[in-house]
Amino acid sequence: MTDGAARLVVDGLRIIVAGSSVDVVDEVTLTVDAGEVLGLVGESGSGKTTVSLALLGYTRRGLVVDAGSVRFEDSDVLTMSADELRQLRGRTIAYVPQDPASALNPALKVGFQLREALTMHGGGDSNRLEVSERMAQVLAEVGLEASKEIRGAYPHQLSGGQQQRIALAMAFACRPRLIVLDEPTTGLDAATQRHVLDTVRGLCRSYGVAAVHVTHDLAVVAEIADRVTVMYAGRLIETGPTKAVFETPAHPYTAGLLRAIPSPERREVLVGMEGQPPRPGHRPRGCSFEPRCDFAVAQCAAARPPVVEIEGPARTARCFRAEEVVRRSLGVGAPVSDVMVSQDGAAADAVLVVAGLVGRYGEKEILHGVDLAVPRGSCVAVVGESGSGKTTLARCLVGLHGNWSGTVAFDSQSVRPLARNRSLKVLQAVQYVFQSPYTALNPRKTIGQLVEQPLAHFYKLAARERTARVVAALEAAALNEDFLGRYPDQLSGGERQRVAIARALVVEPELLVCDEVTSALDVSVQAAIVELLRRLQNERGLSLLFITHNLALVRSIAQEVVVLHEGSVVERGPTDTVLSHPVDEYTIRLLEDVPKLTSLTDSCHVSAVTPV
Amino acid sequence: MARNGKEKAPSSGAASPAHLRRHEWVAVLGAAARSRRGAIGALLALSVVAVAVIGPFVAPHSSTEFVTSAFTGPSGRSLLGSDGLGRDVLSRVLFGGWLLLLMAAVATALGAIIGTALGITAAYFRGTFDGLIMRAVDIFLAFPQIVFALLLLSVAGPKLWLVVIAVGISHVPQVARVIRSASLDICEKDYVKAVELLRIKPRKIIVGDILPNLVTPLMVEVGLRFTWSIVIIAGLSFIGFGLQPPAPNWGLMLNENRIGLVSNPWAVVVPAVLVAVLTVGTNTFTDAIARVSIGVERPVGDEVFLGVATLETEK
Repeated sequence: MTDGAARLVVDGLRIIVAGSSVDVVDEVTLTVDAGEVLGLVGESGSGKTTVSLALLGYTRRGLVVDAGSVRFEDSDVLTMSADELRQLRGRTIAYVPQDPASALNPALKVGFQLREALTMHGGGDSNRLEVSERMAQVLAEVGLEASKEIRGAYPHQLSGGQQQRIALAMAFACRPRLIVLDEPTTGLDAATQRHVLDTVRGLCRSYGVAAVHVTHDLAVVAEIADRVTVMYAGRLIETGPTKAVFETPAHPYTAGLLRAIPSPERREVLVGMEGQPPRPGHRPRGCSFEPRCDFAVAQCAAARPPVVEIEGPARTARCFRAEEVVRRSLGVGAPVSDVMVSQDGAAADAVLVVAGLVGRYGEKEILHGVDLAVPRGSCVAVVGESGSGKTTLARCLVGLHGNWSGTVAFDSQSVRPLARNRSLKVLQAVQYVFQSPYTALNPRKTIGQLVEQPLAHFYKLAARERTARVVAALEAAALNEDFLGRYPDQLSGGERQRVAIARALVVEPELLVCDEVTSALDVSVQAAIVELLRRLQNERGLSLLFITHNLALVRSIAQEVVVLHEGSVVERGPTDTVLSHPVDEYTIRLLEDVPKLTSLTDSCHVSAVTPV
Repeated sequence: MARNGKEKAPSSGAASPAHLRRHEWVAVLGAAARSRRGAIGALLALSVVAVAVIGPFVAPHSSTEFVTSAFTGPSGRSLLGSDGLGRDVLSRVLFGGWLLLLMAAVATALGAIIGTALGITAAYFRGTFDGLIMRAVDIFLAFPQIVFALLLLSVAGPKLWLVVIAVGISHVPQVARVIRSASLDICEKDYVKAVELLRIKPRKIIVGDILPNLVTPLMVEVGLRFTWSIVIIAGLSFIGFGLQPPAPNWGLMLNENRIGLVSNPWAVVVPAVLVAVLTVGTNTFTDAIARVSIGVERPVGDEVFLGVATLETEK
């Protein structure tokens, strides 16, 4: 299978905005061998998707390849004709998109689409029977039954995980020799993610397929990749074997990413990285990371650091101080014992009490009698996978969803189901932060107007006093008055979420309901937002209901955790107890499925036993 | 709309220009005008508008003055010949446009305002109210617009303001349907839910939070409706509703002068061409607005206009 030579060689790839000299990615050089999985890691805007598409000879509208080559088994993908590319794609290079729901044709049955992939690229005049056999085979490979239900289903009738596995099956159907996976597990819950990752890894191993796995999630990379390369602001800043990079990162950015990742195993301070990567066309003359780097010296701002080798040619980094960074082990220096989540005060009265909440959509019961209490000044995390009803719960509590029964009492006063029937006092005291900061801010309003709106509604204040409070709220959310006149689309995702938090804070609420507030954000930003919430809780005595699918995050913020499974609470208790000694079967499985950085060290040192 | 004059100037160094959001319609108009399609459309439409607006001031004769005998060809005294009563065609053309444009504009505004109000409210409240409005719209949509306007006029008689109102009302169902479908999406957005959670009055939410997000589809719709207004009003004049003789009017002129088509074709061709150029122009420009706003077309020489968005929302 393995022929020894590198399958894919990218050399000096430079992609620019057409008609300008603004580079989106530059100096991208990498190789992938047969049977090897390369993890391409980067936060949003780093250019990782641009690179991954270039591997298939594709550039998005408005972008052109300016220099460099993408050589796949001795042919240059970038100089191929449209016909040659069509031959290449699907058959020899396959692509698995981020969002399977939009990649599968919603009007065709998945069996038909799979059959099409097999007959188009499958080679030769395959007859129906043969194709059916192959189809059963590829479906089995991704852990799906080739049953009528699956083959005859339209994409929307399948779950997200099943859709993604269909997409995987289509990609692997023609035995490609290179497969490009663009964040294939984003948006899947832990168990499905685990299964998809195992599938990819297994298929790559057994068929000698070279794979490039693009992701922003370092923990996923730790699980799947043999080698990893980290992208920042359009350049590869560190490349090396996964284990080495994660144990002793050589670039401060990699180290920062590692520090930002929450761990379900121990309570630690998440260190976010302030600022955001420079956009194309606004990159500094020196190192792109220099403005955010704690480790920068004068040299970093003056000149672009060269690529240096670390302990041999297998590891490279683009940093003047790489050797020093390796020696200091910056990435694993996260303080573990500094308990920042206060444990006291839990005996206080409850600000929110939920009893026997039954939530429905139409006739269908989603929540089956949920009981919950949020003690004043503490943070309760509600954890569950997609479909567990956690978002429905949040929407019932804040009054967005009115079809529920049971009691929800705020400050011992029970509240009506819908927000429009609740008193202004309750609406002001319970604030909701939406999941996606990209949709929660009106794009036609300035930040100032957005934050001011609830304030002006709840309090009659003079204009000057109002502005002062708006600025104070922005500052509490680690923004400043420069933002007042800006519009949401001028802000990064993290900044937008801070604005959403500031909008909640400005009316001085007692309880903040945070619905998956970090799931749309990069890890470094996620860490910063979690830190912000924790600080607010400590400083202001704010009570938090923190809803998340990410068990790892829970340790970093919550005093208590409630595990929700299919609309029922299956386990609850103090965070440490639940996470260290889970009792319920479901919780145990959930914990096992979380991708962990440490599983890497497990599998490398002890050479086995990752839980499946 | 929801602008309250006391905002600070956008801070410098921000990546995308803030004025683009503040006066979105200006930005979109500008971008459309700078695209090739839009420039052509604007040129066509504006030249006809110029004829209509400047015309009355430069006309060589009064529109009702008898200059020569009936249906004479072009001469030094009347450059485009005369009509059936010996009046100067050029002067009548120059006088006959502004009222048509004004009526079209008012009718469009009327239709757009009522239609938008109905469309947004239906989308926002959904339920029975939505059903009622939209079924009514369906019924009205079953009639061609001109028939609908004729129906109203034949009941109430041909008065100018009635023509405007009839045409305006005939636009309402179309506008309401388009705006409703555009608002349905907006009404479900989290930022609208966020405001609802504050128990802000629906009227305030509709005007302050939803309407500003409909600027682009509204502009496209207004452009389209304006084109239709011209066509319908000119058409109504042709069949005798609207301006009454001896007042000059392009639509009316077609009707008056078609019997003399052989002796003086200019008396028919010129107003017909003007109406045609105007409608093609406004329609082309509207098309440019639509294309620019979804990024299919860009201002000439501008590499990334609204396309910036596609680049930066990689996530």
